Amino acid sequence: MTADVLEINDALTQYDPVMGLEVHVELNTKSKMFCGCPTEFGAPPNTQTCPVCLGLPGALPVVNARGVESAIKIGLALNCEIAEWCRFARKNYFYPDMPKNFQTSQYDEPIAFNGWTEVVVDGETYRIEIERAHMEEDTGKSTHVGGATGRIHGASHSLVDYNRAGIPLIEIVTKTIEVPGDKAAAVARAYVSMLRDLLLALDVSDVRMDQGSLRCDANVSLKPRGSSVLGTRTETKNVNSFRSVERAVTYEITRQAAVLSSGGKVVQETRHWHEDTGITTSGREKSDAEDYRYFPEPDLVPVAPSREWVEEIRATLPEAPSLRRVRLQEEWGFTDLEMRDVINGNALEPIVATIELGVTPAAAKKWWLGELARSANESGQDLDALGVGPTQVAEVQKLVDEGTLNDKLARQVFEGLLAGEGTPAEIIEKRGLALVSDDSALIEAIDRAIAANPDVVEKVNSGKPAAAGALIGAVMKDMRGQADAAKVRQLLNEKLGI
Amino acid sequence: MSDLTRKTAAELAELMTSGQASSVEITQAHLDRIAAVDGAVHAFLHVDTEGALAQAKAVDDKRTAGEQLAPLAGVPLALKDVLTQEGVPTTAGSKILEGWKPPYDSTVVQRLKAAGIVILGKTNMDEFAMGSSTENSAYGTTHNPWDLARIPGGSGGGSSAAISAYEAPLAIGTDTGGSIRQPGAFTGTVGVKPTYGGTSRYGLIALASSLDTPGPCARTTLDAALLHEAIAGYDPMDSTSINQPVPAVVEAARNGDVAGLRIGVVKELGGEGYQPGVEARFHEAVELLTKLGAEVVEVSCPHFEYALPAYYLILPSEASSNLARFDAMRYGLRVGDDGTNSAEKVTSLTREAGFGAEVKRRIILGTHALSSGYYDAYYGQAQKVRTLIARDFAKAYEQVDVLVSPATPTTAFAIGDRIDDPIAMYKNDLCTIPSNLAGNAAASFPCGLADEDGMPVGFHVMAPVMRDDLCYTVGAALESALAEQWGGVLMTKAPELEVTR
Repeated sequence: MTADVLEINDALTQYDPVMGLEVHVELNTKSKMFCGCPTEFGAPPNTQTCPVCLGLPGALPVVNARGVESAIKIGLALNCEIAEWCRFARKNYFYPDMPKNFQTSQYDEPIAFNGWTEVVVDGETYRIEIERAHMEEDTGKSTHVGGATGRIHGASHSLVDYNRAGIPLIEIVTKTIEVPGDKAAAVARAYVSMLRDLLLALDVSDVRMDQGSLRCDANVSLKPRGSSVLGTRTETKNVNSFRSVERAVTYEITRQAAVLSSGGKVVQETRHWHEDTGITTSGREKSDAEDYRYFPEPDLVPVAPSREWVEEIRATLPEAPSLRRVRLQEEWGFTDLEMRDVINGNALEPIVATIELGVTPAAAKKWWLGELARSANESGQDLDALGVGPTQVAEVQKLVDEGTLNDKLARQVFEGLLAGEGTPAEIIEKRGLALVSDDSALIEAIDRAIAANPDVVEKVNSGKPAAAGALIGAVMKDMRGQADAAKVRQLLNEKLGI
Repeated sequence: MSDLTRKTAAELAELMTSGQASSVEITQAHLDRIAAVDGAVHAFLHVDTEGALAQAKAVDDKRTAGEQLAPLAGVPLALKDVLTQEGVPTTAGSKILEGWKPPYDSTVVQRLKAAGIVILGKTNMDEFAMGSSTENSAYGTTHNPWDLARIPGGSGGGSSAAISAYEAPLAIGTDTGGSIRQPGAFTGTVGVKPTYGGTSRYGLIALASSLDTPGPCARTTLDAALLHEAIAGYDPMDSTSINQPVPAVVEAARNGDVAGLRIGVVKELGGEGYQPGVEARFHEAVELLTKLGAEVVEVSCPHFEYALPAYYLILPSEASSNLARFDAMRYGLRVGDDGTNSAEKVTSLTREAGFGAEVKRRIILGTHALSSGYYDAYYGQAQKVRTLIARDFAKAYEQVDVLVSPATPTTAFAIGDRIDDPIAMYKNDLCTIPSNLAGNAAASFPCGLADEDGMPVGFHVMAPVMRDDLCYTVGAALESALAEQWGGVLMTKAPELEVTR
């Protein structure tokens, strides 16, 4: 009896992992890849279909130029060459929710190829070579009904929703990734995370991993340390969070190491990832001889993006997210640690937007990482789903700068904003939060403080001006915090003649 | 008014314009003719009596209201059962699609409707257009109106038989390797394969996507041209559609002046294996064209001898993929769905029952030809041959304007004669296949009757891409010259069918 898995450290003393990552990205085009159907997520089943995406007899595909543009964008952002001429191919295989029983994809003529990108893990930069990025269409989606697990086994019947059939996909395939074994899983995670940021910046996908618009297949194999002979690989399908990518790669390393070290053979197969238990299980066996009978799609003319068009697209590419971060950190004067907090808190974009509205980087960071991040955390929401945006943050900060609010009051305004109590002005009004700027009200409060604290006054008069702080505290308390401390100090000093 | 069925489409249009006949009368006359003779001919799989009369009435109403109508408005037509028509059964001659009513119109049907052309019903064909005799239809054989014991040609036997039996003045066919031209030749009618991409494939149930071309069938060159013009032209729904103006086919059919036209007789398409009566009529036609002022030379297309094997690799390869969608899940036949069988089993039981022998043969052939390890030897090689054939054409067109040959090596053969010999059957498409591989325009025109059997012979004209008009020029010249000998078009020589009612 052998262990199911080895400890990761034990595994890595004996074997070097080799990875290949295939990421499928659903594009955010308004219509499908080969027809005019809408692509909205979550629409009632089979309401976004037509003869083309249903694969009805006689229907023909037509290429969505937007989809090609997005593919070129992605290719360029990954430093790929863009094909001058490429074709779609048919990938023939049976799949219950694939309408034509072939997938229109690209085979030996992808639109983008030979690229590279970089990821940073623990301060080290790793270069990832990109084999290709090609265009294809998504399949429909099956729901298996009547069983306990929702899987096909045990189900009494299956329902098929073709809304997703024909949604454009880009598949980004890396070349073999060989990094030190103890970094492999982290590099895999960092790569997928970097891709997500890049795709967001390119505005080509919603990259919602929870909705399946970004899915990762991780190929892992092991070779004995020091050997150059590649081992048998497995392909873990449809891993859909950054953390899961890391865990799935680690799991496959430890599982394959256990198999190999006990004299067994790794089976070439696809494997399913189980989020709850953190393990992979065997799917279908997949041999190299699997025959998709690819041939050029005769229903579509070749795609030949002109060099002018490619250059136009290149000119519109946004700054690469990794470079942009370095630039922003420098401009804002944040420390590495501060910047990491910003990024880990997913607060980069709101902070950029807030600063663009005239707020200082420090103030923007203070609100987003303080009040707002805390509230998002507590309610388990994304920052951008809070209902408070850069405009409101800038509005509140403006009130602080004008002296209408201090930080403490501003926090209460945010509280009101998060609770949906209205605009900052309405909240200030409703909650009675504005600073009291009426001198006579302040002077009255000062008089009350002086009268109530004769001993403090005496200390001040006897040459200890620092003791006046206690009087300021008393005034602020009297004003329920709604006074400008500097103003109080100034008026008090005048009163006491210091 | 039974003589309405003897009129050409152009004559019928004239009668309607001048108010001498209504579309409803004309349509009813053809429906009556179908009722009388189709029991013997079996050209139709489905007759849409109600739909046709409703379309006819709509056209009549528009004409009465003084609306400007398209040239063929109100003329009836028979539609090959491989093009989708919304709500009307469409089977492609296969059991697997029995009872399927498409939820959409093919582009050809949209254009027919827009032109006010009345669709009488769907015509018989070889299953999924695989065949040269219409004996492979799952719904029974169509008979050649010239001789009911003979086949009408295929795969569009139903369409050509419908017009030669005077059940319709016009029909639509589809030509993948000769399926319009070969039945045209066998029934003494005009059959045109437009330039690939000149007519839309949207809604045409695919046999081989890179070859399929819808086109007109008619009894005269002018009728074919009028129909051609009604259905041709760029379609954004078909990526392979050519975005250029439709060639001036009607004008060419009206003029038919071949003086100075350079005509190339393809050396490789003739001689051994060709029926003497076919060769004799062909050469007479060539002489006739020479007399009309055409320059005739012999031209060699050395790679045509590889066209047949290349075609019979490319076609099944594409077909095997195109037919993969018939999985019993969403439309058509479903066998074995009684709760005891898996989805996979239901698919295989349905295909076993729903596909005929020829379809299965070609799926297996195509699957093998595309499989890894064989792709280069078969499919890849066939594509290279295709390129060589296109070059043969290009070279030939440097010397001549059009190429000519017999449309078929023989006249229509007897039903059952070749059904067990697929290779003999395939050879019938020898002359027509090169044009499909190259995407050229091509057409078959009647040029007489073979001495041996008295059956019609077809004269085949091939023209460069988007020069479909040149085919019509030659066809019209030949037609008018021969009409002097025959006292009309060849069809007038066809024997009367016995009316069964």
